[in-house]
Amino acid sequence: MVHQYKLNGYHIVLDTCSGSVHAVDEVAYDIIGLYEEKTEEEITAQILEKYRGREDVTREEIRLCLADVAKLKQQGKLFTPDTYAPLANEFKERSGNVVKALCLHVAHTCNLNCAYCFASQGKYHGERALMSFETGKRALDFLIEHSGSRTNLEVDFFGGEPLMNWEVVKQLVLYARSVEKEHRKNFRFTLTTNGMLIDDDVIDFANREMSNVVLSLDGRKEVHDRLRVDYAGNGSFDRIVPKFQKLVAARGGKNYYMRGTFTHQNPDFTRDIDEMLRLGFTELSMEPVVCAPADPAALTQEDLTVVLKEYELLAQKMLDAKREGKEFTFYHYMIDLTKGPCIYKRISGCGSGTEYMAVTPWGDLYPCHQFVGEEKYKLGDIWNGISNHGAQEEFCACNAYTRKECEDCWAKLYCSGGCAANAYHAAGSVSGIYAAGCELFKKRMECAVMLQVADALPRQE
Amino acid sequence: MKRIQTLETKNLCESAKKGGCGECQTSCQSACKTSCGIANQKCEKKDER
Repeated sequence: MVHQYKLNGYHIVLDTCSGSVHAVDEVAYDIIGLYEEKTEEEITAQILEKYRGREDVTREEIRLCLADVAKLKQQGKLFTPDTYAPLANEFKERSGNVVKALCLHVAHTCNLNCAYCFASQGKYHGERALMSFETGKRALDFLIEHSGSRTNLEVDFFGGEPLMNWEVVKQLVLYARSVEKEHRKNFRFTLTTNGMLIDDDVIDFANREMSNVVLSLDGRKEVHDRLRVDYAGNGSFDRIVPKFQKLVAARGGKNYYMRGTFTHQNPDFTRDIDEMLRLGFTELSMEPVVCAPADPAALTQEDLTVVLKEYELLAQKMLDAKREGKEFTFYHYMIDLTKGPCIYKRISGCGSGTEYMAVTPWGDLYPCHQFVGEEKYKLGDIWNGISNHGAQEEFCACNAYTRKECEDCWAKLYCSGGCAANAYHAAGSVSGIYAAGCELFKKRMECAVMLQVADALPRQE
Repeated sequence: MKRIQTLETKNLCESAKKGGCGECQTSCQSACKTSCGIANQKCEKKDER
């Protein structure tokens, strides 16, 4: 499938099934757009008419360009047919019942009371609870036992607020480190925190053991403090920012993300990116809020129009910053065209409910953190394994080719069919789609590829 | 090619022949936790390009 778009002065052509990216001029852009629909003579006539008066657009020039397009097609870099659908299920079956990543809900409680929290202030619509070391240890053993031949095992300490159960987090990391060699595994830990309880011990341990830390900050103080408040209603910005700065300064270049959420209050989220940069953070992520449409924080149609423009503005800011030697990264714009995911990764879905599961403080298994509390999707537990095979089947069936809406979508090999939780909340089914999320995703991918093109090509003004 | 510049990219059709090793990061074990994108995952296969 070919997707063509213009952005920031570039004419970009994606051949999604081969993964090829072409930067073209406007004449080639038009020729490629007509190539599969018209004869060469019709294309020539149309192009000559459109570019009448342009000395560089002659019959011979068009012939040469048509020959280049034909050559790319022959090389499998343009108009590559989509032959992957049969592989989607085959790949998944071949992977067996491997589990390689767990989201450990070590604390279903939180010291902040953020109005937009998808996890209902960390409680996931249930009781407050902390995971015991024994439960966490069993979860790690479950992961090792079910990981088959996979070496890299991922564990995210999540909540609620995981630092409210920090001693257990540390014990679990030490336990995993003590057994990983004998099982030939390599644990990669991540920590997602609101920052309130960060101290020197957290900084030392997290920077040593966590391959990534995700730090929640919404950007501008007035934006952050409107929703990220404690139980007394006080904003948390002034308390967490110095802690985040200290942690990042001590991190020694290891990965982190300053992760914000934008809502109806701040669809102009690039101003929050600006604030993160001003505070000295350079590895950034801003995500659209996940909540019910009736929630006051929910993004409206008007907001989404703003957000699409903001993504373009952000890409421009990144180009400008790079040219000024002040480079920063944005999670969704980080793509590597040469060493990125293979087709297996691209078609086999996000892995929720199959290779990735969430574990509650008492050891129940759910397809992912966003399904915790949805009883019909409880898959089983870490002692007895999967018992709800019907629910798991629904997730097994999710891939880039599951959804009718994705059939003609150019982006499906970039999103792998999208987020099952978003689909469930928007469409009532994990095999549905979240249409607004799709539009945002496509814009992000267009921006991400444009940044790669800008990197590869001389500057265009 | 005068009017077309092709960036160096991984050949997805070739990668289909080899299958996947499954060692790369699970998409949600990263920064977002609220959407799915696999395009920014790194390939872990040593001999893969």
